[in-house]
Amino acid sequence: MGQTIVEKIFAAHRRDTPTPENIILDLDVVMCHEITTPIAITDLEARGMDRVFDPDKIKAVIDHVTPAKDSKTATQGKILRDWARRHNIRDFFDIGRNGVCHALFPEKGFIRPGYTVIMGDSHTCTHGAFGAFAAGVGTTDLEVGILKGVCSFRLPRTIRVEITGELSAGVYAKDVILNIIKEITVNGATDRVLEFGGPVVDAMSMEARMTLCNMAIEAGATCGICLPDQTTAEYLWPFIKDNYATVDQAVEDFNQWHSDPDAVYEQVLRFDVSSLVPQVTYGFKPDEVKDITAMEGVPVDQIYIGSCTNGRIEDLREAARVLAGRKISDQVRGVLSPATPGVYSQALEEGIIKIFQDAGFCVTNPTCGACLGMSTGVLAEGEICASTTNRNFNGRMGKGGIVHLMSPLSAAAAAVAGKITDPRPMLA
Amino acid sequence: MKQFGGQALFLDRSDINTDEIIPAKYLTENTKMDLKPYALEDLKLSGFNPARDLENKSVIVSRANFGCGSSREHAVWVFEVNEINTVIAESFARIFRQNMYNCGMLAIELSAADIDTLFNLGGDVTIEVDLAESKIKARGKQTAEFSFSLNEFDRKLVEAGGWLNYADLHY
Repeated sequence: MGQTIVEKIFAAHRRDTPTPENIILDLDVVMCHEITTPIAITDLEARGMDRVFDPDKIKAVIDHVTPAKDSKTATQGKILRDWARRHNIRDFFDIGRNGVCHALFPEKGFIRPGYTVIMGDSHTCTHGAFGAFAAGVGTTDLEVGILKGVCSFRLPRTIRVEITGELSAGVYAKDVILNIIKEITVNGATDRVLEFGGPVVDAMSMEARMTLCNMAIEAGATCGICLPDQTTAEYLWPFIKDNYATVDQAVEDFNQWHSDPDAVYEQVLRFDVSSLVPQVTYGFKPDEVKDITAMEGVPVDQIYIGSCTNGRIEDLREAARVLAGRKISDQVRGVLSPATPGVYSQALEEGIIKIFQDAGFCVTNPTCGACLGMSTGVLAEGEICASTTNRNFNGRMGKGGIVHLMSPLSAAAAAVAGKITDPRPMLA
Repeated sequence: MKQFGGQALFLDRSDINTDEIIPAKYLTENTKMDLKPYALEDLKLSGFNPARDLENKSVIVSRANFGCGSSREHAVWVFEVNEINTVIAESFARIFRQNMYNCGMLAIELSAADIDTLFNLGGDVTIEVDLAESKIKARGKQTAEFSFSLNEFDRKLVEAGGWLNYADLHY
């Protein structure tokens, strides 16, 4: 019987099977940030277990609130920084080199096909874009990961999501995943893996695949995953060129992490995206999604472009297509947080930062900040934000604030119009 | 191992997320006890008052997909420091459920019909949990008994007082 990619990864990393339903996996990468890791560190210290299983397999970044906004966040950064130094964790990204974890770590080439990855952050599923099994975990799982290099999971069931057709102009990976979550619902994929495939995914860049996998958790999935291919190998090439003679050879090697043709899926869902229009959320759950045309005219107070979902260079380029030569409405304020220093530099080089600034956007340093209502763009009670992030939960971006999730293009259009609007006419 | 059971708090909504259980702005606290006043602060549920309604409660009863969203274990800790030891729901989000067992706490799934029965018992409801027998007895104006099933590995974690203790012994 054939295996899915995740079944293959699990078989290759199996440390133990304490019951037929559970598996303990060896981990290739344990990623840490300053919100969920410091408590793990202080707990390990208190237990006399201040050790790490392998400093080279641990990656750490200060990204959620940076630069620190107060003494408490400064302390969180200090605990992480001191710990990284103490244990010779070389891949620690402090202020100046830091960015949103799920954008920064892929840029650094840390994630490879077939890897097992955990982080104390639910959007760790993003890294499935590389053909890795990547899952968000809590602090205790993180502690055990740091200490022992293992994590427990239930054996996965996989839902294959086959995406066919052709995306029309102005419709992106964000619209596709919002539409998929609407169909699957917020818990339709709980304890499942979402394996994304089909011609639309094959044609997607790594950035777009990351957007797709990033929101798998919003359907309850343990992880999202794409099969590694030529696009994956080309993205990773600067980091793997010493391991393979050619990109083609890397692609051939990556084929070991493809689901077999006779792999058994719990379910196969098919989405033809040819007639898909830009999508937007309403309400307080990410499966409450409508066509943007049905939300036309809803006024907004703030536009936020950034995050691990949509703060990458392609996202900025798309938004800039609408913003170039235009001003944002005087009824709104715009905040751009490029996801990493690399994205920021690239956007500067391409003149994109100037387009945002000329349009009236504030450009912040790379940080998670406003997405979860911690800093750099928190909403006031009753305010509405058009956001490229991943969660429209009650209070997510600030107590009493309301969030509408959408693509960077749709967010840029909302900035110009001062209200939610179909971005496609602005592309003309 | 912790003791399980006690007076129930009913949260009649599905998809209660961890941002509602503990908003992100409190994730800068560096001890679990500091989280205590903020439990369920942003819960969208009409008539709910966290300080009043959490008092003397040890068990939360809710609907489907409890604990969805962010992976923050703070959502489990804020229950722990408020003396909540068990959450009973129709279903859980994976990470929250694992965080409960990892902390040696109980997440129990019952069918939608059983959850309805619990919601309809009337009066103040007290819940006894017999972990060894996988049974729950609930007493309100009416009384009801339920069997539940627990994954054997998760049971071991609860019995060990959490995943760190278990992992340190085995790996």
